[in-house]
Amino acid sequence: MRREDLDTIEPERYELSEPRRYSFDLDRRDFMRVVGSGLVIVATLPRAFGQESGRGAQGRGEAADLAAWLHIDERGRVTVYTGKVEIGQNIRTSLAQAVADELRAPMSSIVMVMGDTDLVPFDAGTFGSMSTPRMGRQLSRAAAAAREMLIDAAAADLRVDRATLIARDGRIVSEGGKSVAYGDITKGRKLTGTVSGEPPVTPADKWTVRGKTEKKIDGRTFVTGAHQYASDVVRPGVLIGRVIRPESPGATLEALETSRAAGVPGVTIVRDGDFIGVVAPNERVARKAAVLIVATWKPRTGQPTSESIYEHLKRTADGGRGGAPFTAGDSAGAVAGARRTFAESYLIPYIAHVPLEPRAAVAEWADGRVTVWTGTQRPFGVRSEVAEAFHLSEDRVRVIVPDMGSGYGGKHTGEVAIEAARLAKAAGKPVKLVWTRAEEFTWAYFRPAGVIDVKAAVDERNRLVAWEFDNWNSGNAGIRTPYNIPSQRIQFHQSDSPLRQGSYRGLAATANHYVREMHMDAIARALGVDPVEFRLQHLVDDRVAAVLKAAAERIGWPKASASGRALGIACGTEKGGYIATAAELSPSADGFKIERLVASFECGAIVNPDGLRNQVEGSIVQGLGGALFEAIKFEDGHILNGSMAQYRVPRFKDVPPIDVVLLDRKDLPSAGAGETPIVCVAPAIGSAARAFGVVKPALPITLVRA
Amino acid sequence: MPSFTLRINGETHQIDGAAGDSLLSVLRYELGLTGSKYGCGEGQCGACTVLVDGVATRSCVARIETLAGKSITTIEALAPPGSLHPVQEAFLAVEAFQCGYCTPGMVMAAAGLLRTNPSPTEQDIALAMDRNVCRCGTFPRIVKAVQLAAQRMKSTSPAGEPR
Repeated sequence: MRREDLDTIEPERYELSEPRRYSFDLDRRDFMRVVGSGLVIVATLPRAFGQESGRGAQGRGEAADLAAWLHIDERGRVTVYTGKVEIGQNIRTSLAQAVADELRAPMSSIVMVMGDTDLVPFDAGTFGSMSTPRMGRQLSRAAAAAREMLIDAAAADLRVDRATLIARDGRIVSEGGKSVAYGDITKGRKLTGTVSGEPPVTPADKWTVRGKTEKKIDGRTFVTGAHQYASDVVRPGVLIGRVIRPESPGATLEALETSRAAGVPGVTIVRDGDFIGVVAPNERVARKAAVLIVATWKPRTGQPTSESIYEHLKRTADGGRGGAPFTAGDSAGAVAGARRTFAESYLIPYIAHVPLEPRAAVAEWADGRVTVWTGTQRPFGVRSEVAEAFHLSEDRVRVIVPDMGSGYGGKHTGEVAIEAARLAKAAGKPVKLVWTRAEEFTWAYFRPAGVIDVKAAVDERNRLVAWEFDNWNSGNAGIRTPYNIPSQRIQFHQSDSPLRQGSYRGLAATANHYVREMHMDAIARALGVDPVEFRLQHLVDDRVAAVLKAAAERIGWPKASASGRALGIACGTEKGGYIATAAELSPSADGFKIERLVASFECGAIVNPDGLRNQVEGSIVQGLGGALFEAIKFEDGHILNGSMAQYRVPRFKDVPPIDVVLLDRKDLPSAGAGETPIVCVAPAIGSAARAFGVVKPALPITLVRA
Repeated sequence: MPSFTLRINGETHQIDGAAGDSLLSVLRYELGLTGSKYGCGEGQCGACTVLVDGVATRSCVARIETLAGKSITTIEALAPPGSLHPVQEAFLAVEAFQCGYCTPGMVMAAAGLLRTNPSPTEQDIALAMDRNVCRCGTFPRIVKAVQLAAQRMKSTSPAGEPR
């Protein structure tokens, strides 16, 4: 794995931790058996990507590097099969745009089959902002190759030189005015191809479907309530499940009394080790039966609290688990010999994803196989988890992911799928299990807490000469600095987390950007240098500089729009996206009020401008929560604020006017955009708040009046 | 087991249940009306919002014994079959959603608001819809959509009466 790849992948990562034991070994003839006739194009992963997603290590890479495939039937309908899932990030639409564009076919002819492990090729998961740069690229190549095959076939059918043919509106058209529809070309044929080499994909300045706003596919079903999420799936004879849990993870079962619940008609009680559940004909009875079960648990005690967690994280980190430091020059020497040094230690709490659709699954057994409809970002990972839990081979498990009620990195695991399958197995009927909000708060996982120490040194010309950055537990995404500093030592230290932790939109890039940009701002202020100028003096990446300048210009830097107000700004790059965020604040009785936010974002060539804008706006709104008020309170594993009433997430009144500036770089490949725009929200606000007092070195932002 | 009479989407239903059962549970599990979503069960997120006598109501905390004689409308019947309510049209036009899980509740809350306030300001919307959460963060778009719906409802209905 290349060094850069390591930098972009979280070391603590549910999403990449499990080896793949399944090999998708259909060859092209097999595909044709599945679809009957038509044209099939198979896209394979370039070797480097295969290794990156943990597959090269399996030692049977050949056919397993299949990324996606598409089929054109005799009606000209194009069906795309991909393991990516739709979480609200709108890739069902944007990936279809890539296919429609390359195939010169209408959007209405594209059908996306996503996240069904029986139908789509293996995919590690929908995370890391990889769908657009990787799956989008693979599908573009596949569709371009299909287009060329259609032209070849039409040239033979029409007996004309292929150079006189073009693809347009789902047809191959000749200069002489002859034309043939794709469906007529593929009818009764078995055309197969594998994308090889570099098919002639369309450069971004010639795009006709990409680069333009395309409405969300099936948008109408979302506004009418007709769309079926996993929690809405109904199967014939489906029963309702409920799991009986201790108050906090780590507790062990001491005693169990189920006789009263067992007396409720229609109820099945399931006990398997420390797993206890009930199945009932409907939700009301399931709830009633669950209440009648008396389970006595021995809690795990002596755990850290939300106050003592930071000391715990530093204490339990031992050398090496987080990987070797990144070093350049001699940071210790440079710090020792510097004119001025600046040091600070920041505290980052755990925060929760709070996906509005809690974990949910419907499981159904038939003929020794289990099918689970569930909301997860890793359908194949969940398939492995279910197979392992029931000692099945993976081909006996099918996971189907309906477009889901969001995830934000919080739905990488398959616990609800396993639980539903266990209950269904006991009941002998399909079972639906929907986690309550309280279960979601306690039994899912959190964005990791962390401690980040930063130290910088400047010379007599106000140039940064040294940068030392130590992150305990929060993670190493975005840990490096984009600033040109000759001596650096940057290290991630993995600790023991008392709470279950995992991926979250942007991973640790949010915490790392917060600390880095707040520190850059503090240094600039101390030196009496303009914070934008100070950054530009140290930036070597033009793309970061471009978004920084764009945000500064739009907010009116350095002058706030009214007296008494203050501006703050931050910038960075992560996962191929470039972001700068600026904030304008006014003082208020309880600290400050955000009057306005500006975000300038660049992710290469823009595929769907309005979809991108929606993602950027949404990231910023979600980022407001972690910046301003989100923090999990806990004690001995008990979540003390595990409800929507107690755990505050952004609401209408929290959202200031947001001005999004999109920079379209048609000369650069498209990168993902679902995550990176979140990373600079907190430092933009936090640095502006310094005009009104002292900002504590922590999240959420707390202002102490000077 | 006690029986409760509920009038939902113009039809009368006899529901066997117990006092304290939530309307949301009845809608989703007894009647298969899954457009109303479970988000929190504590009346804090609004994903379950329905109209009760025209008033936006959190169905997850609405107890069935309190609903006798009231008219309940869910997202499934906000507009006649095959057509869209102006609020739904506006949400589509503005694309005021991402994952869409909050959308039915948002649409119902907005429809309820526009019945009493045909020209809501941004602040009116923020206040009235404070108990509706979009975790994807599409709030600015939702505000735009509600105001767009308000405009369209006024222009298509000269008397200013909601359709």
